[in-house]
Amino acid sequence: MYDFAYHKPATVADAVKLLADPDAKAISGGHTLIPALKHRLNKPSAVVDLSGIAEMKGIKRVGNAIVIGALTRHVEVATSAEVKAAIPALAYLASHIGDVQVRNRGTLGGSVSNNDPAADYPAAVLGLGATIHTSKRKIAADDFFQGMFTTALEQDEILTAIEFPIPEKAGYAKMKNPASRYVMAGVFVAKTGGAVRVAVNGAGPCVFRQADMEKALAANWSADAVAGVKQSADGLNGDIHGSAEYRAHLVGVMAKRAIAAAG
Amino acid sequence: MPQVTLTVNGQTHTAEVEGRTLLVELLRETLRLTGTHVGCDTSQCGACVVHINGESVKSCTTLAVMANGANVTTIEGLAKADGTLHAMQEAFREYHALQCGFCTPGMVMSAIDLVQKHPEGLTEQQIREGLEGNLCRCTGYHNIVKAIAAAAEVMHGKRSEIARAAE
Repeated sequence: MYDFAYHKPATVADAVKLLADPDAKAISGGHTLIPALKHRLNKPSAVVDLSGIAEMKGIKRVGNAIVIGALTRHVEVATSAEVKAAIPALAYLASHIGDVQVRNRGTLGGSVSNNDPAADYPAAVLGLGATIHTSKRKIAADDFFQGMFTTALEQDEILTAIEFPIPEKAGYAKMKNPASRYVMAGVFVAKTGGAVRVAVNGAGPCVFRQADMEKALAANWSADAVAGVKQSADGLNGDIHGSAEYRAHLVGVMAKRAIAAAG
Repeated sequence: MPQVTLTVNGQTHTAEVEGRTLLVELLRETLRLTGTHVGCDTSQCGACVVHINGESVKSCTTLAVMANGANVTTIEGLAKADGTLHAMQEAFREYHALQCGFCTPGMVMSAIDLVQKHPEGLTEQQIREGLEGNLCRCTGYHNIVKAIAAAAEVMHGKRSEIARAAE
């Protein structure tokens, strides 16, 4: 690991100032950044530790939504009585990220800002049609995820919280790589205000919506409805862990499981 | 260089570290607490697990500066001053839950966190899933799972001593 300066600001405003340096990197749980730094994939001039910013913590219900601070760790979402009552699929998803120790450190904001194609949270954010709150603005999930490890966030913009609308029904299922536990293909389904959304993670270079499945489920909310929908392998990831065709097949299987989980 | 002050096994330490210094490096190289191991160094094997404020974390994936002000417990902090082992250590010994022993410090630290988080008790399946972040590459998991189940009974006050393993 190359060395870097370390800063621990107490407010979002101070963190934004420190991140104006294009070579500075934000850290919260560090469970993606530290491994990347060890591989010398990154050489930040400074690491800005967000973990001391109180205004970015906590889970609260606001109207018909659950708002979760970016610094909230996976274990906190997984065990939150509020999340379990309002969006059990989100608590389920959080309880299956990485392993226990990853969940004890990793944060919602870190996962979503990084937008790893094989991360879990982006599927919930896109599937639930969440709104991303940043230090500058609010961004709809549909506009946020822009490609592999790429989001709408600017260099000096920090994801501060995510607002998840409470759905009537939601479910998540994934096939994880048995060694790395990263998602091979996952599907998050949700019916919110009568509208159906289906988000697919792990299978492609970036989380995406499956419009054909959304149409089929809007007409008939059942696992049978998606059985006839074929996921194309075009543009999906193919690697030593599985071909694009295999992942395309998994999308169908995971969609059925996600619907079964949603009930 | 940043200064870090933290409590390790009840003792307060202050050290100068680089920004990039890992918590496991501070523990092993500065404080000479070499019971915490580095196995994979890629956040997967769990040999480096310690407790920060009572929760299990991988110290190879935590910057030392991020543990500033924290209360850290390592494998060296479990036994009593007179050498009496922690129930989890005693159970690992009784059930032969180790062979080479490399993964053991991390296994024990993860297992204690797991048991503490489940005062209602643990099924074998829950124990196996709770060890997902710890890899053993020689003796296998059967005896580790048995040891954790036996230690849980003592830690939760259901038994006063570790149940003897079958002869």
